Amino acid sequence: MFAYIVRRAAYAIPILIGVNLLTFYLFFVVNSPDDMARLHLGVKRVTPEAIEKWKAERGYNKPLMYNEAAAGIDRLTETIFFEKSLKLFAFDFGHSDDGRDISHDIGQRMIPSLAIAIPSLLVGLLINISFAMLLAFFRGTYVDVSGVILSVVLMSVSAMFYIIGGQFLLGKLLRLMPISGYDGGLDAIKFLVLPVIIGVISGIGSSTRLYRSFFLEEAGKDFIRTARAKGLKESRVLFRHLLANAMIPIITGVVVILPLLFMGSLLLESFFAIPGLGSYTIDAINRQDFAIVRAMVFLGSVLYIIGLILVDVAYTVVDPRVRLS
Amino acid sequence: MIMPVILWTDALIFLLVAITTAFALYARRKPHLRAPWRHVVCSRPGSMAVVILCAYIIIGLLDSLHYRLALESNDAGAETHYASEVLSALDALVGPLRTQTEKTYSAPFATHLFTRETIQQPEGGQTREYPRLKYGGRHLQNPAVDARADILRRSGVALAQTLTAGLAVLLLITLWQAHRRQQAFTTMLRTILKRRSEVPWLIIWISLSILALLIFLAANLATAYHVFGTDKVGEDVFYQTLKSIRTGLVIGTLTTLIMLPFAIFMGILAGYARGWIDDVIQYTYTTLSSIPGVLLIAATILMLQVYMANHPELFETTLERADIRLLFLSIILGITSWTGLCRLLRGESLKLREAEYIQAATAFGVRHSKIISRHILPNVMHIVLITVVLDFSGLVLAEAVLTYVGVGVDPTMNSWGNMINSARLEMAREPVVWWSLLAAFLFMFTLVLAANLFSDAVRDAFDPRLRQH
Amino acid sequence: MKQPLLQLENLSARIGTGPRAIRPVDDVSFTINKGETYALLGESGCGKSMTALSILRLLPQPHGRISGGQVRLEDTDLTALPEAEMRQVRGRRIAMIFQEPMTSLNPVLTIGDQIGEMLQQHLQMKGTAKRNRVLELLDAVGIPDVKRRYTEYPHQLSGGMKQRVMIAIALAGEPDLLIADEPTTALDVTIQAQVLELLQKLQRDTHMAILLITHDLGIVAGMADRVAVMYAGQLVEEAVRDRFFTDARHPYSQRLFESLPNVDKRDHALRTIPGFVPILDRDFTGCRFAERCEQAWDTCRIEAPSWEIATDHHHVRCHLEDRNINPPARTTRDDLPLAHATAGTGTGAPLLEVRDLKVHFPIHKGIFKRVVGQVYAVDGVSLDIPEGHTQALVGESGCGKTTVGKGILQLLRPTAGSVQFDNIELTQLKGERLRRRRTDFQFIFQDPYSSMNPRMRVGDIVEEGMIAQEIGNSRQERRQRVDELFAQVGLSPEHAHRYPHEFSGGQRQRICIARALAVNPRLIICDEPTSALDISVQAQILNLLKQLQNELGLSYLFITHNLSVVSYLADRVAVMYLGRIVEEGPVASVLEEPLHPYTRALLSAVPQIDQDSRREIIRLEGDMPSPANPPGGCHFHPRCPDVMPECRENYPGETGSGDHRVRCLLHR
Repeated sequence: MFAYIVRRAAYAIPILIGVNLLTFYLFFVVNSPDDMARLHLGVKRVTPEAIEKWKAERGYNKPLMYNEAAAGIDRLTETIFFEKSLKLFAFDFGHSDDGRDISHDIGQRMIPSLAIAIPSLLVGLLINISFAMLLAFFRGTYVDVSGVILSVVLMSVSAMFYIIGGQFLLGKLLRLMPISGYDGGLDAIKFLVLPVIIGVISGIGSSTRLYRSFFLEEAGKDFIRTARAKGLKESRVLFRHLLANAMIPIITGVVVILPLLFMGSLLLESFFAIPGLGSYTIDAINRQDFAIVRAMVFLGSVLYIIGLILVDVAYTVVDPRVRLS
Repeated sequence: MIMPVILWTDALIFLLVAITTAFALYARRKPHLRAPWRHVVCSRPGSMAVVILCAYIIIGLLDSLHYRLALESNDAGAETHYASEVLSALDALVGPLRTQTEKTYSAPFATHLFTRETIQQPEGGQTREYPRLKYGGRHLQNPAVDARADILRRSGVALAQTLTAGLAVLLLITLWQAHRRQQAFTTMLRTILKRRSEVPWLIIWISLSILALLIFLAANLATAYHVFGTDKVGEDVFYQTLKSIRTGLVIGTLTTLIMLPFAIFMGILAGYARGWIDDVIQYTYTTLSSIPGVLLIAATILMLQVYMANHPELFETTLERADIRLLFLSIILGITSWTGLCRLLRGESLKLREAEYIQAATAFGVRHSKIISRHILPNVMHIVLITVVLDFSGLVLAEAVLTYVGVGVDPTMNSWGNMINSARLEMAREPVVWWSLLAAFLFMFTLVLAANLFSDAVRDAFDPRLRQH
Repeated sequence: MKQPLLQLENLSARIGTGPRAIRPVDDVSFTINKGETYALLGESGCGKSMTALSILRLLPQPHGRISGGQVRLEDTDLTALPEAEMRQVRGRRIAMIFQEPMTSLNPVLTIGDQIGEMLQQHLQMKGTAKRNRVLELLDAVGIPDVKRRYTEYPHQLSGGMKQRVMIAIALAGEPDLLIADEPTTALDVTIQAQVLELLQKLQRDTHMAILLITHDLGIVAGMADRVAVMYAGQLVEEAVRDRFFTDARHPYSQRLFESLPNVDKRDHALRTIPGFVPILDRDFTGCRFAERCEQAWDTCRIEAPSWEIATDHHHVRCHLEDRNINPPARTTRDDLPLAHATAGTGTGAPLLEVRDLKVHFPIHKGIFKRVVGQVYAVDGVSLDIPEGHTQALVGESGCGKTTVGKGILQLLRPTAGSVQFDNIELTQLKGERLRRRRTDFQFIFQDPYSSMNPRMRVGDIVEEGMIAQEIGNSRQERRQRVDELFAQVGLSPEHAHRYPHEFSGGQRQRICIARALAVNPRLIICDEPTSALDISVQAQILNLLKQLQNELGLSYLFITHNLSVVSYLADRVAVMYLGRIVEEGPVASVLEEPLHPYTRALLSAVPQIDQDSRREIIRLEGDMPSPANPPGGCHFHPRCPDVMPECRENYPGETGSGDHRVRCLLHR
């Protein structure tokens, strides 16, 4: 098991190198640092000196891959590639374009992100699984048909409408909770209720439908017929035999996104002005702060790969048929 | 005199139309393709969705026929110059909607502006009042009294028109079906009305009638009023949301068109060839899919922005500029979304490779190229189709989110994302400006819902696993 | 004293609604007495499984329902019970085991849990008492090492073991009736013998009644007290076993017996039942078997026969038995044409020579896909097939027989050894040269459903090989050839424009044969070509293969697990065990005087119809070991009843007299 995880982690290295090269290409080769400087300083009427200064402040004034001016090992290290891309492997994200320490920002902003993501995930799972089981139990009846139609309707509404509608209804009309904002400590709760509710509601449609299909898939299997032939109560058939099997795809589907919860939700955080990593990313994109975007791309890939490894581990835990070797 | 303009996305849309038509003609001759499609049309939600989608597609296609008008010139011999503004067939069709702009916000069916203005009275002095709109309800003498009656009257006309058209359509459908099936007209009519026909003509007819009602309502009302109000700069919101349809469709379809060749080629190749080719392809898509989609799109669009900002000379009109950005957005969305399909196809090809009919073909010495084209490709097409249809609604929704994040379509382009984005701030106004949001919501929701229903029907019809249940 | 336990009265079931509803069970009545074994015999699609599910009210939901009649368990009408009370019946009074032990157990629950919950549900057992009883039950069904198995999951067990666990589950409720739905169809013949023996032993111990559903006449002969034959949703004949096997009255029952291949019929074509089982979505006016019955006359097509009493306890649904109707004078059945000399018809010159063929599959492990072991699927097989002869290759699943076939055809590249076809070394051929050679040897697959591309017309499927091998100059010429081929395999040329799913299993297998013939091969490797087919259809295909051999001088390598087919069709037979041939020789010699203990066990395990010649079954312990890790010495020694100490040391060399060779230390 441990050896397996180590091997999988080793397999992640070439992928991360790929990600790294790709971002390097996108950020430094497609457009030169000069282009970026010009974008930030205004395209017209900008002096070469100002550009050089902008670049020097941010460490973009070095050669891309190979520094002929330097000596020895510095020829490779005194480059943008080494400074900006390779150092990501050490989780050294450097400084943002306006000079803030990215690692520090990420550490601080992770907590509000998780404060929304984890409750949304747990509450959502509970609700979605219950609904899906309900529909599967009543399969073929009007309960099921109308439930499926409702799910399709719910999943056809853009998440942004849920947010705007929820803010308007609960925040503005009913004044039940603050529309947006955030506070430290326990005070955060009153700011988190609305985003969590909306996060849960916006996911109900698609997840319920997906989970229902998992349940129906398992319900058609022979061993369910065996369970009924044993004369077991329907509740036992449902909870012990059906749920145990349908949980396998559900759990593994959840586990794969677990690490990505750290990245936060772009929409929820930005609409509710919560200082998490999601809004951090959006702000960076809007301010065209490439250093942060680069860091987040790398972080996202790392978390994704961790998710893939976790899924494999999760399979061995929930499915006795799978053994890692 | 007009000069046709073919934008990049227009060209691709027409390519897509051509491919779809060719495929339809091909599928007609193949029972294994015709039967599931029939199944789609015969399911009730499926047939309803098809009607709605067709309406959207027609609007989108009309909006893709672009041209530039010739400028009036006094000098007969002189070279004709063309206006810099690019119009579409849709603009010509809805004419006044585009040109009748007010000063600023006005509510749906309003005759006065939404905000008070200071007006100089002829007898001197100033008053703060809601000024009359330039276009909305312009024909009314006394809007406060007449508006309601006028709207009702116009709606009545629309209803009458719908009834007439609806009956005519029912007549035509029945006549056609009666002729095709060699049945008496009355028998056929009864079959249709009692929902005993195989294709649910009653549902189709009802959907068509509702659609007709909406069109007639729009035709009667939208010329005299702003049915969805106007936005900050006084543009008609109904016009905006109509124009947004094309953007949504382009994102939903072109993305797929762009990614399909990659996904199909690489997926089948990886599964069939195995070995190092498989390793390379797997590595490629794992790497690409490991980058969170939004961030990859953000990074690429940001870079595109930098490039465009530094090369303004490449784009003649703002529309062209926006169009290129739309195209790039589709390409990048395509790059982030081909990995899923590629993985599915790889898995299926790996399985098919061992299928006995492929082994049989190998035992006959059939060449690899033939095995792929005759055996593997036709047997994975249902996966491709289901994925394409399933992805569509997700892509339409993604456009709104990406535009909100700031890496979607160009801010000058009409799109639901841009509408929502600007309406978001208007919700904070007191009193609330809600109509932009409502219009975007209604049009987007209908499209996505229809697409979801359609994809359900397609999946039911094509997925062999689902058919067994 | 016979006491009725379960009575079905005019039971009918429907799947679906409307005019296209399927009626798999239509007016079925029978009685099962306490303690007896009642066999329900029929081909696939005749409704026998649905009858069983109707009894337990477990028809597939939401489309299936009981549409009429009663099921009485002693004095209770099961069809009228509320669901909660019905649950008291399921498992407790009537238990059921299913055909597919692989999928019938819940993969994520332990064996102990799955048996234990029966005890908890029906006998309110808990804790240690429950555990002890589960261990007892596992022991009773012959599972070794019960304590370990208790905590294991189904995937850790072999197929035979899983079916034993299913039986243990069924036993847990101490039922009065056990419904066994094709309990051994998915199992190998030696495992089948174990499971059947177990069922008989349990029945002796517990006196439960068994409703045995099967398609295998041999199993019926060995197990049943009474037999009912089901056809197209109805019972057509019911009798005490001995009477049924000596004096079957219904033409369908009679044909079933006649279409069984065996050694005595070698010189004849098999009698077949034309056509196939009708689909049960329509109304029948006359006798349901009339369209396939040679003895049918006008009355049969107009009037449905009633349930006639032939003699005591012997019922037949046939107008021939109706004393009020005089059948037209029966045309005496012509005796079947002598089917040609059975021994090879060709020159006898060797066509295929396989020497020491090995196909190993490396086992990859880990990220870097290191090879950590080999699956020795085929480990040194030698065979000769002369022109115009049939060589059978027999063995249980997993012994590597299919891999031999694919290795010979180079569909799988052999790891070592030589395959000479007409003196050309196939293992050395590559690319275009191999491709051109493929016209000489063809393959017929086991499953006619998956061996044709569902997206192609069958005409195109047959033509494909001709195009690839450039046979026929024009499309027209090829089409003409396709028509000829269709006629040759007994199909009409119009069929060429249809798609595979429009054909029945037997018709599909005919198309597959036509496809193989299209390139004029000299050798055809048939991989279990009839095992997916019903008995009556199997006979049609065997006849066709034999006839083609005579007409075209084909050679066959016939891969099968079915020894009666071998005895009917083959000239020589090779018995495979774990990647190697353990015995090889002429059919008569090997089947009559088997030398290897494995061959003997295999032969004795085949259920026999002829009760007089019933031999004592040689029970083989356990399952076939994994070919990734074959036992040292003789591969068979862990299961061999005659094992000697030296068997564990060396793999025996080839010995034997004349052309009957064996690899066993008993025959040094």
